Order: sequence, then C-alpha cells, then structure tokens
Amino acid sequence: MKSTTISLPISIGDVTKTYGRTAALDNVNLEIASGEFITLLGPSGSGKTTLLMVLAGFIRPNSGQIRFGDREVTLLPPHKRDVGMVFQNYALFPHMTVAGNLAYPLKLRGIARAEVEERVARALDMVQLVGFGERQVDQLSGGQRQRVALARAIIFEPRILLMDEPLSALDKKLREQMQIEVRHLHQRLGMTTVYVTHDQREALTMSDRIAVINHGRFRQIDKPQDLYERPNDRFIAEFIGESHFLPVEVRGGAAYLGERAMRLAEPPRHQAPAQFLVLRPEKLKIVEATEAADLNVFSGQVKEFVYQGESSLLYVALADGQPIAIRQPAGNAQRAPLPGSPITLGLAPADTIIVPSEEP
Amino acid sequence: MPAAAQPALTEHLAHHRAGRNAAELRAQDRAEQWMLGSLALPGLLLIGIVALAPIVWLFWLSFRTADGMTLAHYERLLHPSYLITLGSTFELSFLVTGVSILLGYPLAYIIAQARPRIAALLLLLVLFPIWTSLLVRCYAWLVLLQRRGLINTWLSDLGFIDGPLRLVHNFTGTSIGMVHIMLPFMVLPLYASMRAINPDYMRAAANLGASPVQAFWQIFVPLSLPGLAAGIVIVFVLCLGFYVTPALLGGGRVMMWSMQIERNVSYYGDWGAASALGVVLLVMTLGILWLLGRVIGFDKLTGGR
Amino acid sequence: MLARPATDTQITHRRRLWLYALVGLVVLFLIAPSLLVVPLSFSDSRYLTFPPPAWSTRWYTTYFGAIEWREATYVSFMAAILTMLLSTTSGTLAAYGLHALRSRWSALAYAAFILPLVIPAILIAIGIFLLYAQLGLNNTLAGIVLAHSVLAIPLVVITVASSLKSYDMNQEMVARSLGATRLRAFLTVTLPQIRISVISGALLAFITSLDEVVISLFIAGGDKATLTKRMFNALRDEIDPTIAAISTLLIALSVALLGMSQFVQSRDKT
Repeated sequence: MKSTTISLPISIGDVTKTYGRTAALDNVNLEIASGEFITLLGPSGSGKTTLLMVLAGFIRPNSGQIRFGDREVTLLPPHKRDVGMVFQNYALFPHMTVAGNLAYPLKLRGIARAEVEERVARALDMVQLVGFGERQVDQLSGGQRQRVALARAIIFEPRILLMDEPLSALDKKLREQMQIEVRHLHQRLGMTTVYVTHDQREALTMSDRIAVINHGRFRQIDKPQDLYERPNDRFIAEFIGESHFLPVEVRGGAAYLGERAMRLAEPPRHQAPAQFLVLRPEKLKIVEATEAADLNVFSGQVKEFVYQGESSLLYVALADGQPIAIRQPAGNAQRAPLPGSPITLGLAPADTIIVPSEEP
Repeated sequence: MPAAAQPALTEHLAHHRAGRNAAELRAQDRAEQWMLGSLALPGLLLIGIVALAPIVWLFWLSFRTADGMTLAHYERLLHPSYLITLGSTFELSFLVTGVSILLGYPLAYIIAQARPRIAALLLLLVLFPIWTSLLVRCYAWLVLLQRRGLINTWLSDLGFIDGPLRLVHNFTGTSIGMVHIMLPFMVLPLYASMRAINPDYMRAAANLGASPVQAFWQIFVPLSLPGLAAGIVIVFVLCLGFYVTPALLGGGRVMMWSMQIERNVSYYGDWGAASALGVVLLVMTLGILWLLGRVIGFDKLTGGR
Repeated sequence: MLARPATDTQITHRRRLWLYALVGLVVLFLIAPSLLVVPLSFSDSRYLTFPPPAWSTRWYTTYFGAIEWREATYVSFMAAILTMLLSTTSGTLAAYGLHALRSRWSALAYAAFILPLVIPAILIAIGIFLLYAQLGLNNTLAGIVLAHSVLAIPLVVITVASSLKSYDMNQEMVARSLGATRLRAFLTVTLPQIRISVISGALLAFITSLDEVVISLFIAGGDKATLTKRMFNALRDEIDPTIAAISTLLIALSVALLGMSQFVQSRDKT
C-alpha cells in the first residue's frame, strides 16, 4: 500500500569515505527535515557530490549510517532506494525518445501502459514540454533536456530528490529562470530535496538551508540569511557573497584595527587573537567625516570606479594601502568620484562582522 | 548554528552504528568488485590457459634436455646458420620498415589532410588489404612476380627487358610482399597521430615566417613522431616474427627466424631448439615494445592499437 | 584549381602534384594485386597469363567439386562463426567488467588481454600445438575455435573498450536510480548504445578466424584442415588456379564484411 506522505526526512550519521589517505567525507552528520530544500555548497573537491552519491547509493562509504525516514538504507543498492536523481549532464538515454525516457522508471515498476502514458503526459505538462514526447534527445536544447531530466526524476513520485549541479551547463539567463522553476516545483510537490552546487548565489536563491562543506566536513549549516549575515569564519565569508578582509587583533573582548577599537554590536564570538573584519561592499556607505559618529569609519583614496549595470563598484585604497570596495545601486544620482580623490566610508556596528580565519 | 556542536549529542551511539555498517559496507564493496572482475574471467582463463601457459612451458623447455637443465639450446643458436637467419630476419625487417615509412608517410599525410569524404574513401582503401586474406594477397604477388607472371610478361611485351626478372622466390619478392602486408599497419597509427595535430600549429609557423616546406619539416614531422614511432614498432615487430609471406614468397632462399622455429617443430621435432628460438624472438619483441613504451608512454600503446 | 592553396601553409596543389602521384601509386600498389586475381579466376588457361586466352568458370567448378576444398570451407566457416560467438560474448563482458571496475587490476588485466596480439603468432602457434598434443585437441573443431578465439578476444576487447571509454556511464547510474538492477540497466541502457562496437568486434573476430593461417597450420590437420591450411599447402606446392577462384570468393566476402562494418559504424549516432 503506498504511503501518502510526499516526503521523507534524511538522517546522515557519521559517514566517512576515504580514498587512500584522503577523506572525501570526514565523519559527516546531517539531519534533513521532511520536505526541506537543502543545498550542499562547496568548492570542487569539497565532498558535496560524494555525499550526494552516497545518498543515492552509488558510492559506498567506509562507515556510517543513512536513514530515509525510519528506514535504514545504508546497505541498500541504488535501485531499491527510490530516490529521484538529476545528474549534471542530464544522462538522458539517447536511444529512447523523450517519452521513452520518462516511461522507463514507470515500466520498471510494472505500471500499466495506460497509466504510464497518462503520467508521461502529465509530467511533460508539469515541465512545460507538452508535445515533446516523440522527440529524440539530440533534438532538444540544453534547457529542454534539463527539464526532461527533471521530469524523469520525479515522475515516479519519489519522496527524496537529489540534484547534482543540474543547472551548471545552462547559460546565465536560463539558469536564473530554471532556479525559480525548480524552486516552484519543490513548493508544489514538496519532496525533500538535496541540491548540490558550487554557485553560492544559486544556493542563496533556492534553499531553505545551506550546508557549506569543505574538505569533507560541514563548516556551517544555516538558513541562507544567517549564513550570509553571520558567517562562522573567513572561509564561509569569502565563499558566500563578496567581501574584503582587514586583519584585526582581538583582545579583552574587543577588536582592534591597528590602534582603533571597532564599534561592534556584540562581542567577538571567538577569542583567537588574529581575526578578520569582514567588509561587504554593499554594507559600506559613503559618509562625510563629520556625520560618522556611531559608525566604524574608513578613510582612503578612490582607486577605480567599475560600472556594472544595476550597481557599481568603487575600489578604495585605505591609508595603509589595503584595498576595499563599496557597492552602490545605480539609482544613486552621484557621479563617479574621481580616482585619487579622498573618500570616507562608514560601516554600521550591526554590519561589522569579526571572523577567525578557520573555524576551530 | 556552528556544525561542530552537532556530533556531541549522538557521538556515543554513533560509534556503534558506524562500526557495524563498516564491515557490511566493505563486504558489499568486495562482492561488487568480484562480480565485475569475474566478467573478465572467462576471457582471461581462455587466453591464459591456451596462449600464455604454453609460452611459459616453452620457456621452461628451452632450458631442458633429457639430461636436465642446460643452456645447450641457447648455445646452439650461436651457430653460424642461426646467426645468418638472425641477420636476414633483421635485414628484411629493417628494409620493410624503411620502405613502409617512405610509402606510408605521404599516404597518411594526404589522408589526414583530405576532406572527410575523400579521407573516408582512402581509409577504406587502406583497410581493404587488412580485411583481405593474407593468403590471397600472397597468391596475388606470386601471380604478379613469377617468371611467367604478369609483371615479367608485361615488361617483356613492352620491350623493357629481354629475359624474365627474378622477382619472387627470393628476398626481393618476399620484401615486396611484406611491404604490401605491413603498409596499412604503418599508415593507420601515423594517420591517427597526424589527425591529432592541432592545425593552429602550422598556422602559427606560417605566421612566424616559415615556408610551407620549412613548416612541414620543422613543425609537422616532429609532431607526428609518436604515430611514426608506433607504426615503426608495430611493423618492425610484426616483421620479426612473420611466417606466412617469407615461407610462400621466399622459395626456400629466405630463412626467417619464424621459419626456423617451424622447421624445428615440424621437421626435426626438436622442441628444445624451437623453444629457445621462440624465447629469443619473444624477448626481442618485448624488448622493442618496452623501448617504445618508454619513449611515448605505455597508455598510448594499448589504447592506440 | 591547381593554383588554389592545399593547406594552411598556403602551398598550392600544383606544387604538390608529385605527392598526389606518389600517393596514387601507393594506393594502386595496395589495391591492384588483390583485384587482379579476380579476372584471373575466370581464365580458362592453366597458366596464369594475362589477359586470359579464354574465359570460363572451370576453376570454380573444380573448387566446389573437390571434396577436400568443400570440407575445408565448411571447417573454416564453422570455426569462424563459433569463434565469433565465443569471442564476442567473452570479450564484451570482459571489456565491460574491466571498465566498470576501475581498479588498478583492470589495467593489468587489460594488458593480459592484449598479449596475444603482441606475442609473435608463430610462438603462440607452437605453444598451442604443444598443449593440444597433451590434451588431444589437435585436429578438432573445438581446438581450432579455442585457438582462434585467443586471437579474436583481444580485438573484441579493444573495440568494445574504446567505445566504452566515450560512453557516459552516468546513464547506467541513472537507470539504477530509477529502479533498474545492474543487469537490467546494462541490457536496456548500455548495450543498445555500445552495440555498434560489439557488432564491429564480432565481424573482426569472424574475419580473423577465417583468415588465420599460422596457428591453423599446426593444429588444423586431417579432415579438420581449414581452408587456409589447404590454400597454404597448395601455394607451396604449385600455383593451382583453383586458388584464384577461392581467392575471388574470399575477396568478395572481405568486401562484403568490410562494407557491413563501415555501414554499421556510420550509423553510430553517439
């Protein structure tokens, strides 16, 4: 009897995968809630794809436990796990039509022909490819293939969906469009989704939570906003969004940039003496030296103005030569300040983030 | 929420779970490896038992006589007649390889440069001899080169010669036949390696001031060397051990190493001598192949055949 | 047209005419001898004069009429078909298994599969002869098939392995994630896509067995003599024009098989 739940929680317990001496996954643990859209975000070689493959059953870990709901699946072969998977290069079967690709998982489950045809039609409709059933795979564009791959992964109504950088082969505009479509699909169908990407913007756009992974370990697992506003360390701050870093000294609960104590909204979370001040370009404001009473102030010289359409970037060199940048929306009526002219920037204490270089 | 705080909760229980699965996971891994490996087993067994094991046996035989272990068979190989055989084997191999390079390089070059349709046609024509029976080709050369064969008949009819040329049942005929057999094996690897040469290199050479002839000798030929090396080794090694063509076109006047092996087995029943000859041939073959592997990389050898 | 550039270095066709002539001669050298045999087979004369004084099909009649030739043909074709079946299955499985295994053993095993092509045929021949003498497999069809397979399996493995290299194994993974067992995934997804190279390998195995000379000389005797062995002996003794007839038929077969192989490969969409 088919269960009526549409999604399952995932429990990853102490999973380790080593290749020779390197650990692709180093004792990772993660609890994913039922119906959650969680992104595994990290640079290449971080282990994110390895973890996804472990979830799918294609890579056998050295040890650990994977549960889908209350079913332990660690020892189950891939064809028994009942998860949907979308690969980076789609892996559509070129010797079958689009309909053939979509029907494949249904036929494997012994579903009657009439129902197969009906579900294939519905799936095509869901990804807006009505009428494409009889096309050959090589007749489709990249975006169309991606949608067929997606449809094939969900047509048998799996309760978990795994996606391995599915949009990386698409061009920018199409990618951004598909990000929203995938998000809508998730909201509509509600299955637990584990999404892998190296594109932090994509992660921020689509996820309920983001798990940042590097060198086979999770560095920080948080909601997108918390990850962006409260990164745990320099790696996270550098990986998510753009920033410049200024070295600061932390002693006695305060952070000192040179001799100057920074105005902070809360004391630094870590006590390591050598840490960094995170400067997000969009958090900085151009101020007059006089009106910066309760801000952290940085004075320097304008170096370069870079126009980028909806916003612009202004590179500034501080007194000691360190470069920082400020981002301003295009709506600002100000003309570009001349290179060489002096400039003062202000940062609110609430936006002043101090991070250690590595999470201890 | 920092990730470091997580494991503390379930660490205690986790150890048990992880340990248990580790053994089963390893077992599953091994079972899968065995299953996949066993797919190759039938083929490996067949080749191992039918082809490779006897070679080992021959190797052992080469050191034995009725009285025990000995180097006598190898010592006999130093006899002048064997040395002459070795000489003519190498002579033929060098000659055939050399001629194959001279004829094969231009052919490969043209095919590599031709338009796809013409190249496909030319390749087909080069492949055709490989798919034709060896014996048919030897027969064709016998017909062509005999004393009253086609070539002699034509040449004397056209008045170029007075008496028939001795073109077959000798070294000449054997060489011609061998070149015919070996040429495709020189052309194919050469062609493959020439195709892989990025046309930008020649364009760059021309742009930098090289004349077409200079660009060819200074840029193209060096870049085609891996394919040339592969072709040379394949042809040379094939020539060393070749039996059929010298046996048919040599008329008994050309004694090749392989024919000595055959004679010792069929005629004299002298397995000691035959196996010693065989081992020497194998060692020469493997030695030359190993040399090539060192020069161009072993993975190219196995993939490029 | 001759003044137009032939290559990126802008050398013209005219200046390369000598090259084209040379290459033309080389191609002629490769093709002509085999083709000349064809008209000869229809010559009425015992002596191989060209052009033949009269045309007839007597040599074909001789061929089909002689029981030794017929038996030899039967043996050769049976051996070729059985070799093709045996080598194609074991070779394809081996290539797939080694490809999917991805361990350092597979490189070693692959090298072992290539060995029969590397070792001189004469050596393999006397080795097999020695072995068969112990096992009583000389002059048997089974012995011939096993021996020919030893040469054919490497060719199948190389052919299939190279096509597997450019095949996207992700598709098998996808099929398995969709619910197919390993075997099912292989049969429904992988095999249809590598079937071109499997067929090419099979044709190669067939022709290798049919044309095999050296090993057959040793182990295919008596009433299990192969066509190649009889032809070899006939060529050694005297130039029997029957050989011309057999040769023509073999050439026709070669052309047909080569054509088939090319046709099959041209339909490769991947």
